[in-house]
Amino acid sequence: MRGALARFAARRLASMVLVLLAVSLLVFAIFNVLPGGDPAVRMAGKIPTETQVEAIREEWGFDEPVYVQYVTTMEKLFSGDLVSYFTQLNVTEEILKGAPRTFALAIGAAIIWMVFAIALGLYSAMRVGTLSDRLLTVLALIGISMPVFWLGILLSHYLGYEAGIFPTGEYVEFLDSPTQWFWHLVLPWFTLAVLFIGIYSRVLRSNILETMDEDYVRAARAKGLPERQVLLKHVLRNSLIPIVTLWGLDFGAVIGGAAILTELVFSLQGVGQYTAEAIEQLDVPAVMAVTMYGAFFIVIFNALVDIAYAALDPRIRLEGRRQA
Amino acid sequence: MSGEPLLEVRGLAKHFDPGAGLFGRGGEPVRAVDGVDLRVATGETLGLVGESGSGKSTLCRAILRLVEPTAGSVRFEGQELTELSQRRLRPLRRHVQMIFQNPSASLNPRKRVGDIVGAPLKLHGLASGAELHRRVGELLGRVGLSPEHLGRYPHEFSGGQRQRIGIARALATEPKLILADEPVSALDVSIRAQIVNLLQDIQDEMGIAYLFVAHDIGIVRHVSDRIAVMHRGRIVEQGQTDQVCEQPRDPYTQELLAAVPVPDPREARARRSTGGVGG
Amino acid sequence: MSGAPLLEVRELAVSFNTEEGSVRAVDRLDLDVAPGEVLAVVGESGSGKSVTALTLMGLSRGPNTRISGSVRFDGIDLIAARDEELRRIRGERIAMVFQDPMTSLDPVYRVGDQIVEQIRAHRETSREEARSRAIELLDAVGIPDAASRADAYPHQFSGGMRQRVMIAMALSLDPSLLIADEPTTALDVTVQAQIVALLRELNRARGLSVVLITHDIGLVAEVADRVAVMYAGRVVEQGTLDEVFYDPQHPYTWGLLGSLTRIDRPRPERLPQIPGAPPSLLSPPQGCHFRPRCAHEFERCAQVPDLEARLAEAPGHLDRCWLDPVEKRERRPIEVDGS
Repeated sequence: MRGALARFAARRLASMVLVLLAVSLLVFAIFNVLPGGDPAVRMAGKIPTETQVEAIREEWGFDEPVYVQYVTTMEKLFSGDLVSYFTQLNVTEEILKGAPRTFALAIGAAIIWMVFAIALGLYSAMRVGTLSDRLLTVLALIGISMPVFWLGILLSHYLGYEAGIFPTGEYVEFLDSPTQWFWHLVLPWFTLAVLFIGIYSRVLRSNILETMDEDYVRAARAKGLPERQVLLKHVLRNSLIPIVTLWGLDFGAVIGGAAILTELVFSLQGVGQYTAEAIEQLDVPAVMAVTMYGAFFIVIFNALVDIAYAALDPRIRLEGRRQA
Repeated sequence: MSGEPLLEVRGLAKHFDPGAGLFGRGGEPVRAVDGVDLRVATGETLGLVGESGSGKSTLCRAILRLVEPTAGSVRFEGQELTELSQRRLRPLRRHVQMIFQNPSASLNPRKRVGDIVGAPLKLHGLASGAELHRRVGELLGRVGLSPEHLGRYPHEFSGGQRQRIGIARALATEPKLILADEPVSALDVSIRAQIVNLLQDIQDEMGIAYLFVAHDIGIVRHVSDRIAVMHRGRIVEQGQTDQVCEQPRDPYTQELLAAVPVPDPREARARRSTGGVGG
Repeated sequence: MSGAPLLEVRELAVSFNTEEGSVRAVDRLDLDVAPGEVLAVVGESGSGKSVTALTLMGLSRGPNTRISGSVRFDGIDLIAARDEELRRIRGERIAMVFQDPMTSLDPVYRVGDQIVEQIRAHRETSREEARSRAIELLDAVGIPDAASRADAYPHQFSGGMRQRVMIAMALSLDPSLLIADEPTTALDVTVQAQIVALLRELNRARGLSVVLITHDIGLVAEVADRVAVMYAGRVVEQGTLDEVFYDPQHPYTWGLLGSLTRIDRPRPERLPQIPGAPPSLLSPPQGCHFRPRCAHEFERCAQVPDLEARLAEAPGHLDRCWLDPVEKRERRPIEVDGS
């Protein structure tokens, strides 16, 4: 049985590599091949000089056949040697500088949103139809509807600027001051988490309500199990399985830099913010790099989610093979 | 009984290929139907008995080419069905209809009963407008429902009534053969007899042949002229009903017959004391 | 089979509030189960048999449910009992087996673990002890290679084997009463015979009382001591197995027995049938619930017949039909010799 899971995992990871390859081809095509005009000019920036453009063309091999261009582009992307023509900074370094900040944001927010979503979803389901349930439903919908930038700015202004409880932005390195690091992240974490708490608690609530009607829950009660055990061991475990997979996908996206707005509002200078700036300036090397970065995390979390699903639900990994 | 059987099936097989997806690494194909021969004469009822996994439902679907057979031949009125294109097959479908097990699942809940029953007539261009309306009413009456019901939706009917609607639909094109796949298993016991009797009455009136598929050998024996016993994709025994039931030759048939509960306490006690079944 | 009944149900009534109104699923039911006996409760959809079973275990309680009456089990009234008291009885003294073994087992836990969980919910036992007991039980119900099969997941068993697992689980704390709700309906006939035999064996060997709920009256002849026939929320006939099979008193019972196909008898021209369909419990017929479908109804049937013993020689044989016994014998359309 272990073997089946391992084989499944191996296959999944292998297909991951193929997907990344496909993404890289797409990235290459979208930025360098498909748009009309001169890629070298595009890369060079706002006011390119003839020499700059020529130099770029040379470096990137835009005179070469397409497949050679592709190889060159990939080499540059992965060599750590990629420089932005706008900022003159090394793209890879910028990404690596931003990554820990994005990670800190993502991980913290993810933990918060899971904890609250489970608590609220469970609470709501247990008291379905009551006032508390309806109240929580409304709150969840508000949470889902509030635009992240709006919430972020509001919180930052009122709790930060006006009340002075929290700092208004910026990121403090953990090693410089753990408490400040934490304190600076509280508002961003919360801002990012609210949306997800809203969605996840609703999904969990409806999963729980569905699971409660299942025959095996009734059978568990018939066995004389204490209600709490029925809830936690049987209902929650089964209800959480789809949530775990959702979580993996969302988390993968956030870590891949999808929390652009949150990072911007709070000036965290993470990968998300870097992405926003690069797009704004049409800084092609940077955009290509962050796309690959984002794709990598999304794909890997996608694969991990599939594997986790198989680990959590034995029916998936152990297909077929009826015995006795 | 005339010379040529209405339906003749030879060597019919349907294999499913597992492990095509991400999980299995391939392996043995599932032989749902593994070389089946049978024939149904005009106006007769052939009963097909089998337990779950025997392949009987797949067999029905393969005969109608609702799934494509892997091998074998299906001849209807002498014509080979397996070689026809779907387009050429369509007009033949009016002669062979199917009744399904689950009356709730086989009726489109969003359509009115009149539309459900009338759909085959429309599809084959057999009636339209007022004539269609009239025929649908007639059909509903034939199965014991009121023609006024044609404006209602399936969920407004009981299980037994829904099955009648399914039968009305199957009768719409005046087929020569009806494949009935577990037509009464999902119904209450006191309703089953009604449906079985209805099917027999219709056969007496219209001369329709049935392939009656079920796992309940008691019901199958009651309705069938001939019986075929299916086990793991194969027909293990076939013949006149009384003969097969009274003198079964195949061990599986014997096991099946022996397992049927005897609804007679004294009989049951006697069987047990002589070391009968299931001890 | 004398002495105090193990389970005594009196005037049990269960109603559900639905959007369309109040549904009276069980209407003043009286039932007794003696220690060591097998009572079959036979009925179709809407008869109230499953609701009765669930109510006995306290599993039908809910905000939209009204339950009245009493269910006495070993001196305790299960209807009035508090949740905690009921929980202790469930699984330990009264156990239940459900219709669909596929959906009644939690798909994400191993089978052995699910048995262990039940044992440890009621007794102070170590995990190892509980596990070895689980393996013992799986073996006792006929699962081959029990020790390794205990680590398998539910979907790795066939239907019949899963049902055996459920039965093993139900027996794990040695209950005195087993309620089996349609235990064989989802199974093939060959497997069904085995499960029925298993239940009979458990009853004979361990003195386990069984309430067998089923729609298949033919099945009960193999295993029941007494039979109660339910229709639209009421018991319409009740008696020993032989009494109900060989001297049925209620027209509905005649209909049920008549529509059975018997493979050991010549085939009839036509299957005897009961016209109509079970009534809607939202607005059941006045008086006798079976009246609209009954060929023998008369004016008195407008009044709900009492469930009574109407045969002097069979005081335990009750029925709910106003016809007098002589009339019944004359009008009964089926042969009941059974000789």
